[in-house]
Amino acid sequence: MIFLALVAQTVRISMPYLFASAGGVLSERSGLIGLGLEGYMLAGAFTAALGSYYGQNPWVGVIAGVGGGMALALLYALCSIRYKADQVVVGVAINLLAVGATRFFLRLVFRSSSNSPRVPGFSVVETGTGFLALAHNPLIWMGALSIPAVAWLLYRTPFGLRVRAVGEHPGAALSVGVPVPKVQWIAVALSGALAGLGGAYLALDQHQFSDQMTAGRGFIALAAVIFGRWDPVRVGFACLLFAAAETMEIRLQGTSQIPGQFVQMIPYLLTIVALAGVVGRAVPPAALGKSGD
Amino acid sequence: MNGRLRAQLEETILPPIVALLIAALVGDLLILVYGQSPAAVYRLLIQGTWGNAYGLGQVLYKTTTLTFTGLAVAIGLQAGLFNIGAESQLAAGGFAAGVVGAMLPAGIPSVVLLPLFIAAAAIGGGLVGGAAGALKAKWGAHEVITTIMLNFVVLALLNYLTVAHFKVFDTLHTADIRSGALPRLSAVVPAFHGSAANVVLVLALAAVAAAWWYLYRSRAGYELRAAGLQPGAAEYGGVKVSRVWWQAMLLSGAVAGIGGLNFVLGYKHYYEDSFASGMGFLGIAVALVGRNNPLGVFLAALLFATLSQGGLAVNAVVPKQMVEVLQAVVIIAVATSVPEVRRLLRGARRSAAT
Repeated sequence: MIFLALVAQTVRISMPYLFASAGGVLSERSGLIGLGLEGYMLAGAFTAALGSYYGQNPWVGVIAGVGGGMALALLYALCSIRYKADQVVVGVAINLLAVGATRFFLRLVFRSSSNSPRVPGFSVVETGTGFLALAHNPLIWMGALSIPAVAWLLYRTPFGLRVRAVGEHPGAALSVGVPVPKVQWIAVALSGALAGLGGAYLALDQHQFSDQMTAGRGFIALAAVIFGRWDPVRVGFACLLFAAAETMEIRLQGTSQIPGQFVQMIPYLLTIVALAGVVGRAVPPAALGKSGD
Repeated sequence: MNGRLRAQLEETILPPIVALLIAALVGDLLILVYGQSPAAVYRLLIQGTWGNAYGLGQVLYKTTTLTFTGLAVAIGLQAGLFNIGAESQLAAGGFAAGVVGAMLPAGIPSVVLLPLFIAAAAIGGGLVGGAAGALKAKWGAHEVITTIMLNFVVLALLNYLTVAHFKVFDTLHTADIRSGALPRLSAVVPAFHGSAANVVLVLALAAVAAAWWYLYRSRAGYELRAAGLQPGAAEYGGVKVSRVWWQAMLLSGAVAGIGGLNFVLGYKHYYEDSFASGMGFLGIAVALVGRNNPLGVFLAALLFATLSQGGLAVNAVVPKQMVEVLQAVVIIAVATSVPEVRRLLRGARRSAAT
């Protein structure tokens, strides 16, 4: 029973990571750094709360969350693909913009600087291990499917082949007639939609939007993308690993000898180790971050 | 030569101006959405910052921290490295200074202790920056990702150390520094009374001059810029690029770390958990708008400090978060207009020449 409860909690915690890192894989495989995932997710969480509040229906929230995440991703695409701005700078700014804009509109719409009122979500009354509530939340199913869906898209469709070609060698892709910018626009837009879903999951799960509620989850998702070496299936397992570590931290709070802060470091330390190549080097897509050239 | 100088000047100065115009436009929209008059809000913003001594003092206080984090990012960028870690380097520098200060006995003059505090803060920040530099130089780990990841690791570590070992009971800060604290500017100019501006501002100005000399007049700075412009050519010309990389990150982290003194030595006289959150990320904006030139960095730091203090000044009328949006808009607009302005200017010059 306790084991099942742990699994259920791990699944819940992994949801925002799975959504956002599925998006991150798409974006980065097309050559666009996924630094803005945190911002897309935060924007998605806010618009999802907004949609669910005014529509009084969580599905309106889900659609609005997709829209919010995608809107910021399209801004990123406009700056870095169309105008060839530095991806890192724009990515950092997108995150600052998301924090500022959600706070501004939180005060404008809900007259609060901390959180929105309660909004409708999908959850049912919790019983036993928590699996019932999981099974009744359509976003859980979507989150679980997001990674296989991206894997299928990347490896089994003509579009995925183009994404991979564009991310490795845009010049070669262009010379055989692949519309490089268009492929990148679509990949980035999809990454925003997926991260927005991750934000929608958070807001609807907690029945509200609260200030900075993503709390660095977008960066953990980015860490999972790198630790999983840009391969969707490995990235999915990285998300589950990070979520399991977090679950243990929550369960052991106060009782364990290891301070919680050290457990929080795990995803970031593992990513640094993976990048430094201590055990098998993580090699990014060849043209990652180069749209400015 | 004159034409080339003018062209360079145009390409350097136009993007920030375009960006400010765009930001002002977005600001107008946000203020109108909130049902207020833009002119009145902007007037309030100026009055609350440059319009009175207290406001100006607060602007100068924020300018001090931002100058250090901006210089840190600019030094990295001149070497072709993107240091996203100023946030945690600043905190680590402040922490090191706070811990050293808490251990000192009372009664030692500040003049004697200042070098010790600068060294402690530089080592604290330099360790974090240097770690990212070493990871890049030794193993080729990309500094953008490692500095982001190190932000989280270092901030969690500092939080643990503060909470578990160094905090004063029932607070999130270390014990008071008994000697070596620096006076506020109000000790010299009484009108600044109540504002946090302090003598570390002078240190920031010295850092601007030192950074300029280092980058443009010293051999090491020349190598650093060469490695940033063309690593391959620099290597061929005899520069050890990997050594420049980790040294630049070490220096960058050290400069960000010294910025921690503004809070620890000049303002509160203790280290407090997350004392300057956001200042490291704004340092990226400052370096970008200041076009990586030390003097430009200082001017950009003044601008961003004014915006951030101005947010508080207008908060009664429109949410201060409007300013956070504007700061992000400025970054995006500068980043986007730099390549675009260059393209347009060069296009115009070409058609004028033919």
